[in-house]
Amino acid sequence: MSKYIPGQPLTAVVERIEIQKLRQGDNLILGFSIGGGIDQDPGQNPFTNDKTDKGIYVTRITEKGPADVAGLREGDKIMQVNGWDMTMVTHDKARKTLTKKNQDVVRLLVTRRSLEEAVKQSMGKKQ
Amino acid sequence: MDTESTYSGYSYYSGRSRGSHRHGERSRDRHKSRGKDSRSEKSVTITAPPAEPLLADPAVRGEQVQDDNWGETTTAVTGTSEHSLSQEDVVRITKDLEESVGLDCRRYLGLALAVVLGLLVFLTPLAFLALPHLLWPEKLQSCGTACEGLFISVAFKLLILLLAVWALFFRPPRAGLPRVFVFRALLAVLVLLFVASYWLFYGVRILDSQDENYQGIVQYAVSLVDALLFIHYLAIVLLELRQLQPCFSVCVARSTDGEARHYNLGQLSIQRAALAILERYYCDFPVHNPALLSASKSRAAKHLAGLKVYNVDGEFPEAPAEGPGNNAAAAGMVQSQSRAMIAAAARRRDTSHNELYYEEAEHERRVRKRKSRLVVAVEEAFTHIKRMQEEEQKKAPGDVMDPREAAQAIFPSMARALQKYLRTTKQQHCHSMESIQQHLAFCITNNMTPKAFLECYLTPGPTLQYGRDHWLARKWTLISEASVTSGLKDGSTFVLRCLDFGLVVTTKRIPYIQMSEEYIDPKSHKFVLRLQSETSV
Repeated sequence: MSKYIPGQPLTAVVERIEIQKLRQGDNLILGFSIGGGIDQDPGQNPFTNDKTDKGIYVTRITEKGPADVAGLREGDKIMQVNGWDMTMVTHDKARKTLTKKNQDVVRLLVTRRSLEEAVKQSMGKKQ
Repeated sequence: MDTESTYSGYSYYSGRSRGSHRHGERSRDRHKSRGKDSRSEKSVTITAPPAEPLLADPAVRGEQVQDDNWGETTTAVTGTSEHSLSQEDVVRITKDLEESVGLDCRRYLGLALAVVLGLLVFLTPLAFLALPHLLWPEKLQSCGTACEGLFISVAFKLLILLLAVWALFFRPPRAGLPRVFVFRALLAVLVLLFVASYWLFYGVRILDSQDENYQGIVQYAVSLVDALLFIHYLAIVLLELRQLQPCFSVCVARSTDGEARHYNLGQLSIQRAALAILERYYCDFPVHNPALLSASKSRAAKHLAGLKVYNVDGEFPEAPAEGPGNNAAAAGMVQSQSRAMIAAAARRRDTSHNELYYEEAEHERRVRKRKSRLVVAVEEAFTHIKRMQEEEQKKAPGDVMDPREAAQAIFPSMARALQKYLRTTKQQHCHSMESIQQHLAFCITNNMTPKAFLECYLTPGPTLQYGRDHWLARKWTLISEASVTSGLKDGSTFVLRCLDFGLVVTTKRIPYIQMSEEYIDPKSHKFVLRLQSETSV
């Protein structure tokens, strides 16, 4: 994941993931847990080498849940949710953005280290 | 140096010098050392109650001129065996004792010089005050009030100066050092120059012109006493205060068994540093026990004993042609021989480490067994003695003993166990029966427990604790590459040799410490909670 420098555009290789929310009783659940946020402590993030990264990360995926089915993986960093930026939000804002009651589907842009490496490898092969 | 422990009743210096460093010891009372050191060459221990004069023997240079036939008069004493005393020795010793009386005069010369200087210093102000009254009393102005007040000032300042000089200089000397104590000599010269210049001025301007202003003369005398007090202040700073702040860390290691200690010293000359180290040696280092070193020597002998070099190829050294050529060939042969021996010894399957291991384990066991027997015997012996209370003393004056008799009464029951223990730990020559009984009486008097009594036998204590015969060397030789009056420097080393062993001293300078400060506002201690929430969506 590229390091965020304030004021500079951020470049990342992302994957588009579309998750259909599952209705369980009165709730619409997505089947994963998030951690991180600008009001949280980034030093405890096990999924990144950059310990100042305050982005939103996927910390747990429920097996066979909607997120698992859609292809989300543990350790993914969520960059956008339905067009809303997730790189500089508080934890609570991220939760609210993901759990809007009037939306049945969320489209996420996520990035992970393996994506970058795959792109680099393919670019290297081309050359 | 050991083999040259030349002593004679005739030469003033004992011990040959190495290079330019003479040990200008003054000859002292001599007596033969106890011949218990296991060395083949005998030498006489020069022990002395040193009475160092105030200025360390300025007559040293004078002696040099007189003693130019030391080649004939110096004799090397080699005893016939360890414990015998040959007839020559006896004769020589008696001659020594007679000679030493004459030699003491030279030692006291320095003391006499110091006393003369002191008298000069004290009598000068009084002379300044008294001479006008003696020489031109009628011309002299009468002494007014202010002037008489100055008399009191002179009197008290002289008294203070007297006490201060007595406190600083008239202390029993601790040692005899090889060279002049530089600072003391400088101070003496300074005082002499100072007093001489005052006398010069007084003689020219006051005596010759017969000045009538007595108050001026009195003020002049007061200024002299003031300046003397300031010189005394200088003396305190140079002699006492300068070396108090630790500057160097010295490591002192004994050459025979590796006992080492570290001390902090200030800025001292090498000879004064050596003196400070020796005083601490007597208090800190455990006593030197030559009996403990025999094991390693025998092992070392065994290593080389099994190998002998034979010359198979028949390379004979050339017939002695020129000196250098022959020496080179012979040296080359010797070198190749020793290399061959080292290589062979390395290759040999040596099992001596095995023997050492088992021997040491066995020795350990034996010592522990003897120690437990000893402890039990002593505890049992102590139970036979009971301190009598006051009331009982009046009632039964029959079988009452004083501490010495009590000690003698219980000593036999523990004597054998103690003797065996001392033999096993090779300490039996350190403690005589008399000293053990004395110690026992001392412990009984002071209500000490058996464990307290045994403590000084179980661990070797500092050298001072043992009897005088064990201070085997109060004569030490300072061996140094730098001049002994030069100051200690970082990395300077010197050796203090006595007859049996040497103390190797290395110095290191305490580093310069650069400290900076950082101010912490007490209000700046603030804390936050580290949040790590995980929310499931």
